[in-house]
Amino acid sequence: MKERAAVLGTGQTHHRSKRPDVSIAGLCREAVDRALADAGLDITDIDAVVVGKAPDLFEGVMMPELYLADALGAVGKPLLRVHTAGSVGGATGNVAASLVQAGRHRRVLAVAFEKQSESNAMWALSISPPFSMPLLAGAGGYFAPHIRSYIRRSGAPTHVGAMVAVKDRRNGARNPYAHLRQPDITLESVQASPMLWDPVRYDETCPSSDGACAVIIGDQAAAEASVAPVAWIRATSMRTEPTMFSGKDNVNPRAGADAARALWHAAGITDPLAQIDVAEIYVPFSWFEPMWLENLGFAPEGKGWQFTESGETEIGGSIPVNPSGGVLCSNPIGASGLLRFAESAMQVMGKAGEHQVAGARTALGHAYGGGSQYFSMWVVADTPD
Amino acid sequence: MRDVAVIGFAEAPSVRHTTGTTNGVEMLVPIFREVLAQTGLSRREIGFWCSGSSDYLAGRAFSFVAAVDAIGAFPPVAESHVEMDGAWALYEAWVKVLTGEVDIALAYGFGKSSAGDLRRVLALQLDPYTVAPLWPDSVSIAALQARLGIEAGKWTEREMAEVAVASRAAAVSNPRAQLSGNVSADDLLAAPYLADPLRAHDCAPVTDGASVAILAAGDRARELCERPAWITGFEHRIDSGSLGARDLLTSPSAASAATAAGATDVDVAELHAPFTHQELLLREAMDLGDATRVNLSGGTLAGNPMFAAGLARIGWAARHIISGDAGRTLGHATSGPVLQQNLVCVMEAR
Repeated sequence: MKERAAVLGTGQTHHRSKRPDVSIAGLCREAVDRALADAGLDITDIDAVVVGKAPDLFEGVMMPELYLADALGAVGKPLLRVHTAGSVGGATGNVAASLVQAGRHRRVLAVAFEKQSESNAMWALSISPPFSMPLLAGAGGYFAPHIRSYIRRSGAPTHVGAMVAVKDRRNGARNPYAHLRQPDITLESVQASPMLWDPVRYDETCPSSDGACAVIIGDQAAAEASVAPVAWIRATSMRTEPTMFSGKDNVNPRAGADAARALWHAAGITDPLAQIDVAEIYVPFSWFEPMWLENLGFAPEGKGWQFTESGETEIGGSIPVNPSGGVLCSNPIGASGLLRFAESAMQVMGKAGEHQVAGARTALGHAYGGGSQYFSMWVVADTPD
Repeated sequence: MRDVAVIGFAEAPSVRHTTGTTNGVEMLVPIFREVLAQTGLSRREIGFWCSGSSDYLAGRAFSFVAAVDAIGAFPPVAESHVEMDGAWALYEAWVKVLTGEVDIALAYGFGKSSAGDLRRVLALQLDPYTVAPLWPDSVSIAALQARLGIEAGKWTEREMAEVAVASRAAAVSNPRAQLSGNVSADDLLAAPYLADPLRAHDCAPVTDGASVAILAAGDRARELCERPAWITGFEHRIDSGSLGARDLLTSPSAASAATAAGATDVDVAELHAPFTHQELLLREAMDLGDATRVNLSGGTLAGNPMFAAGLARIGWAARHIISGDAGRTLGHATSGPVLQQNLVCVMEAR
């Protein structure tokens, strides 16, 4: 009873620390117009709109999709607003896909954005939830102890984090939309950058970006009518667990592992390392690359860092991770997940330009959020099954 | 298309102020227990969870994150969240069931409006560049709409008061209502204006509350519920965010959602109208005739838990079918300034 669905086109903004040249609506429309052009469609071809972004307090606008209805061409149509913390961009893609898979709509526009220069995201994330440990000094302060725990558990050498940063920033230099493009970055320069949250250094941290991403998802008829190549959505998956509880494993959270297992099963993938050609994984701090490689089942527990260290996650390696530069190069939080999903689609559509992984046919898009507790993922491929 | 029904519904008492956190957990735990007991389900049998709430209402980023503590979400659950009324969470859950991935889904919404000054908080929903800086609050904007309608001959202050009279009278039989009782229009009209031409009775109260509903597909619904409320139409639309670009005397999005959902020959309609004149406006926009009884629960004027009240309307519309009181009902939800976004769910007995 599930209908097939495919990505018909993607678009994104030039991500920058500040985009004072555009309003929030202008930022979103920049991504939407590129996605429509990519798909060869007009905004009137869209049947429904799904908007995703992280906390409204980042821009100081309550439910901004209400004001954005005109700019997104949503007037007179159904509009849904998704918010699942940092994973929201991925959830936006998955909800848009489900509207097509359920047979509700023929073409759905997914838009995700964050205009972080409107406020100070680090302090907006330094919250004190009732009855819980406060999240001190931003996300880095929250996640650094989990990274230290990973290093202790796996015995990973401490330069692995810096290696991820070098790879992603150099990859970002091949991506014309990336916020940080640093072709000359070196292991030594990363290791010489200031320590922010031990062991996370300045160059191992995602930037704070203004940016948006749009993805158009169509049904089988729309996909077959497309002149340009499409990316078929083979499977989607989402899992959630509480932020804190007795027995929580912050290094290898069960929600992520369960989501991955469900995803591989639904996509008919038995050996992700062999069957996935490229992965866009949500890595806001460098060490999350090896951590998520293990959580996703690409590497045995405790061995993810060996993939990074041996160069297997570079373009040309056995499992290229974040050829776009990933979250370490561009982080408009609400859009970051959808950017991972869009970049995975671009790879199997053969549209990733200078950061294209040669021969990529099956790709993973991944996002996570909250206290490593919200996970959303999809697998896209160049054929429907 | 897959047959899907609402098989259970519960709502927290609508009250002016709760002592619980803005996470909603204290309001949600009892109603999760209640709705699961209605259906005989355990929480492990829920295939998909979806919630609706607002960070701005809670005054804190990621406020909904702690609400999953009410689920007991370990082992992890398949779950999603909309920054909208729980009615749209129910829509997302319904779509999930339609894909065939799950057979049973649960949607909930919660809001603790007492945490802030609701009228001013809602002003932040407006265009952030040209309108919100003027801080037009939600009651004042609704008053402009009410005034337009009076001057256009659409309704009178007395007709508006009669809506409040009917709401309070209906709510007498709803033990979880915030406002109920037998009052006369004359008495209500003797009260001073809150925002001319709106008096206190024209405005939904400020409420803390929560609601939850369970969906099930096909045979599972029949096993779990004697008289499931089968969904025959579920649609939503949005209008322009620019107040000056809209005809505030009608609601195109409510009208088109109702038409698309097949909202005809409805016995009972539960309308999410936070102001008296909006109930009159919605009845006309959705072409509901005199044969349709409206807001037998008392409606939003008897209790308005933000981000839960729309889901509660659908829950009540389903409850009228599940209890055997009605054969075909409609639940409506609204969001945004003066009815900008509207959702209609039509259900029937089989």
